Formats: sequence, structure tokens, C-alpha cells
Amino acid sequence: MSIDIQTARRVAKLARIAVPEADLPELAKEFSAMLGFIEQLNEVDVEGIEPMTSVTPQRLKRRTDVVTDGGQPVEILSNAPDAREGFFAVPKVVE
Amino acid sequence: MSDLSKLKISEARDALKKGDLTSVELTQACLSEIEKAGALNAFVHKTPELAIDMARAADANKDGGDMNGIPLGIKDLFCTKGVPSQAASGILAGFKPEYESTVTSQLFAGGAVMLGKLNMDEFAMGSSNETSVYGNAVNPWKRGNDVAELTPGGSSGGSASAVAADLCLAATGTDTGGSIRQPAAFVGITGIKPTYGRVSRWGIVAFASSLDQAGPMTKDVRDAAIMLRAMSGHDPKDSTSADLAVPDFEAALTGDIRGKVIGIPKEYRMDGMSSEIEKLWSDGTAMLKDAGAEIRDITLPHTKYALPAYYVIAPAEASSNLARYDGVRFGHRAKLDAGDGITEMYEKTRAEGFGSEVKRRVMIGTYVLSAGFYDAYYNRARKVRALIKRDFETVFADGIDAILTPATPSAAFGLGEMADSDPVQMYLNDVFTVTVNLAGLPGIAVPAGLDKNGLPLGLQLIGRPWEEGDLLNTAYTLERAAQFVAKPNRWW
Repeated sequence: MSIDIQTARRVAKLARIAVPEADLPELAKEFSAMLGFIEQLNEVDVEGIEPMTSVTPQRLKRRTDVVTDGGQPVEILSNAPDAREGFFAVPKVVE
Repeated sequence: MSDLSKLKISEARDALKKGDLTSVELTQACLSEIEKAGALNAFVHKTPELAIDMARAADANKDGGDMNGIPLGIKDLFCTKGVPSQAASGILAGFKPEYESTVTSQLFAGGAVMLGKLNMDEFAMGSSNETSVYGNAVNPWKRGNDVAELTPGGSSGGSASAVAADLCLAATGTDTGGSIRQPAAFVGITGIKPTYGRVSRWGIVAFASSLDQAGPMTKDVRDAAIMLRAMSGHDPKDSTSADLAVPDFEAALTGDIRGKVIGIPKEYRMDGMSSEIEKLWSDGTAMLKDAGAEIRDITLPHTKYALPAYYVIAPAEASSNLARYDGVRFGHRAKLDAGDGITEMYEKTRAEGFGSEVKRRVMIGTYVLSAGFYDAYYNRARKVRALIKRDFETVFADGIDAILTPATPSAAFGLGEMADSDPVQMYLNDVFTVTVNLAGLPGIAVPAGLDKNGLPLGLQLIGRPWEEGDLLNTAYTLERAAQFVAKPNRWW
């Protein structure tokens, strides 16, 4: 399947990665090459096969729903590019 | 003693216990080798002061375990408290975790010493270390007298380079599609990817969570057994970590594999396979036969579909895992223009912070998970994955104990040599290793010979789930028969 420029633009938008308009044709070409490779999977008979959800046959463990950690606002914020008054700061979200 | 950094873990452990050696001496020897090896670009964040403090503490502890006082390199993918942990990505520039990964916590609690952080492909996406924000690590091996620099493989290329060049006694690696075994084979060392769930993933920067496993990269099989034991075990903080006892893997190394059944899968005999790889494989088969194993031809019919399935599943999981790099909580944030809102912040931050291979995979993952394509790509790939696993279950049920294959389709290639190829060519590096991740099995690469240019070549053994001890013993037998002792000539 060949990917057009419009699809490449849409995927970049969904992935929240800014791609300059001039780079979209090359990106679309790369996607098409990758998908061409992936499409070999269509040769496989998967009738009646369940998609794998866990590679080891185990049930995910449950734990008691209690607080086990916390109370570390300084540590949590220590790597933030912009933190103010105990909060992560971001550009204005709501008009 | 100027050759201390060349010691194996087992040798250093015994000398430390006897009092013939201190960890401080051993650590200083490694630090001095690291200082001289800038040309390899293996260590990207050095922690010499921390290393000496840890070595002193190890020397003061008279009851330390096997890893007490052993100097290690740690792949940059592991979060290490207060020490830069960037996954070789620009988007994590400046990130210093406030916590320690479970694997490094366990190693350090056992007295191991951290020398620094090791180079790798960005977010472990790559097979040549060329996607690293730090620039590529370099293989200590060269093709005879050719000056061309070679890749140490990837993604754990810095780990491979550092261990092969004796900058440390051993290193941690991680393996999502072959990222421990391919680099180990390219530099002539041993690397094991354990069964999925054997080692906790907590605190390791996630790439594809259903495939990622950490493991040791060491100078021989015994060291792999020692270090794997120290890294393994149940961790409540990783819900996929298995609540199983960790055996003494070293005790399993008897060298006796009489009666074991070794499978040779016909699908791994790829079109255009080089005669050198074919010979390596048949020599390895003969060695195991001579050691008393029964050799049996087997079939793993879905092998051909492993790479395409992987290149749906791994990017899909990566696109989800890497959504957290948004410029809010940690790492890089792009400078914004007047009027930019939060969407522009995300888009510019991720465009600046991620390298091109990471962007490519995140977008492929986004595409295969998007509305209308989820079933055709992602669900189909997960069904094929189930079939790949079933192939292995069938041969194990038929009595196969381990499977022998080449580790890589070729010896190490030159840095930059793949620059003009399409990405799929690079992905073929993992053709023999990726099935093991998809099936969650343990796999080990063992150096077994040299190619015509004098470069190391490795064989891979694949074992039954949770039977790393048995697998390591088969690898140990192969290692003893192959007698690989070659070392790179020092040029750095």
C-alpha cells in the first residue's frame, strides 16, 4: 500500500511531531517502503488464531488498592523544564 | 598489575575474596582504561568519584556476594539516581532520575561498582549505534590492517565496545529484537537475553514493553551466569516480572550435555547466507554433537514473518510508550513562539528532541494503531506472533532442549556503510534474534570464530522458557569447544 502526502501529514499530526511540509514526500515514501515490508503478513493464515496479549501465560498480579508512595513534590518536579509554585507549567490550554 | 581491567568477573571475585586485590585497585584500573579509550565513545557519562566511593564500600564489606566490588558499565537506558540517564536521546537531555532502576539497585546492593553510563542507539532503536545523540560508539575490532571504523552493533553498542576493549569487567544491556546478542556477536563477547519476565523492567526506559528484557554482556559464559543471577528476580513494581525463584545459574555449568537434543531450524538457512556463517553454524553443530548431544533438524515455519510482525508490534508499543516525552515533566522543551499553545509545544518539542529513526518508528506505530488500520496491521501482527510462539512450543514439546542458529547474518559492518540503504536493510541484522523476543524465550550469543578479515562471529542458542541454567550450560559447552580467545588489537 502506498502512503500519500496527506496521510503522512495526518500521521505526523497524530504523533504530535512537527514535520515541515517539504519533508512530507520523503516521509510518505519511507512509510510506503515500511508498509510494503509489513504487508508480507497478509500471506499468513491467521484464521482462528487469537492475537497474543501476554507472551508468558500469567495473570497480571493484583495488589491492594492503597497508597504506597508519594509526598515527594520536590523530587517529582526536579526534572521539569518549567515548574512554578509546586506545579508543572505549560502554555495556556484553555482560552 | 596493569591488566586488572581484563579480568573476568569470576577471576576478580575470587581474587577479591582471597584479599589478593581490592575493588579500589580494580576500579582505578578500569577508570584509567576508560580515560584512554575516548576514541571508542563507549562511556558517555563517566562517574569516577561515585565509582571510587562504591569500591571503597565494597572493600569494607567482608561478606559481599559474587558481584561485590565488580566494576560495571551501565547502559544509558537504565535510570540511575542522580546520574544522567538519557536513553541516548536529545529529548532526555539533562534528565537525572530521582530513582534507581530495579536492576541497578540489585547490582549495587550486591556491591557492584558503576563506572558510568554507556552509549547505545537512541531509545534502543537501531542495530549500529548510529542513532545515538552522543554519536556512535566504535567497535574495538578492525578488519585486519584496514583503518575503517566498524560498528559495535546495537542497540547495546557502548556496552559491547566497553566489555570487548576491557574498559570494565562486564556491562548491562537490553534486548528488544536482538540488542544484546547482535552487538555481543559483533565484538566477540557473550550476551544473554533472559526469558521475558525474568528480569524487572522497572526503571529501564521503555521501548516495546512486551519485548524488552535486560541482561548481562560479559567476557564469558560463566560471568553471564553470575551476573544474570544478580540481575534477576521478582519485582512487585513490574507487573510482568515473574514470581519464580532464581536458580544458581553458575552451578548449572557442568559442561555435560550428553543426551540433550539440539534443534537446527531449516528456516534460518537464509538465501544468500555467506559460506563463512554457514561453516560457523555447521562447526558449532559438530561441537555440540561431539559433546554428546543429539542433533535434530527442526522446522519453525513462521520464521520469515518474525521481522515484519516485529516492525508492527515494536513501533506500536513505542508510539505509546514515547507519548510521555511531551516537554512537560522531564527532558527537553522546545522554545516557543508568541501565540504557540500546548499542541505546538508538543509538536516542536518532539520534532527537536527525537532523532529521525525514533520519529520514523513512532509514526509507523501511530499509523498501525490508528482507526481503520488497527485490525489489519496490529491485530494481524499479534496473531502472527502467537503462531511464531507456537512454532517454538511445538519443537520443545517434541523434545528439543535448545536450538542452535547463527547470531547475525554477517560480521560487524563499517560505520556509515548502511547510510544509503533503506531502513529495512538495517532491520535484517535482527533476522535470527527477533523471533526469540516475540516468543519471550531466553537466547544467548557466544563467540565461536573469526571471519576472513579476522572479525568475530557468534552463534546463538535459544532455550526453553525459564531454563536459562540449562541454556547457559549448553552455551558453556559450546564455548569450551570453540575456544574463542582472540582479542582486538589495541589502536585506541
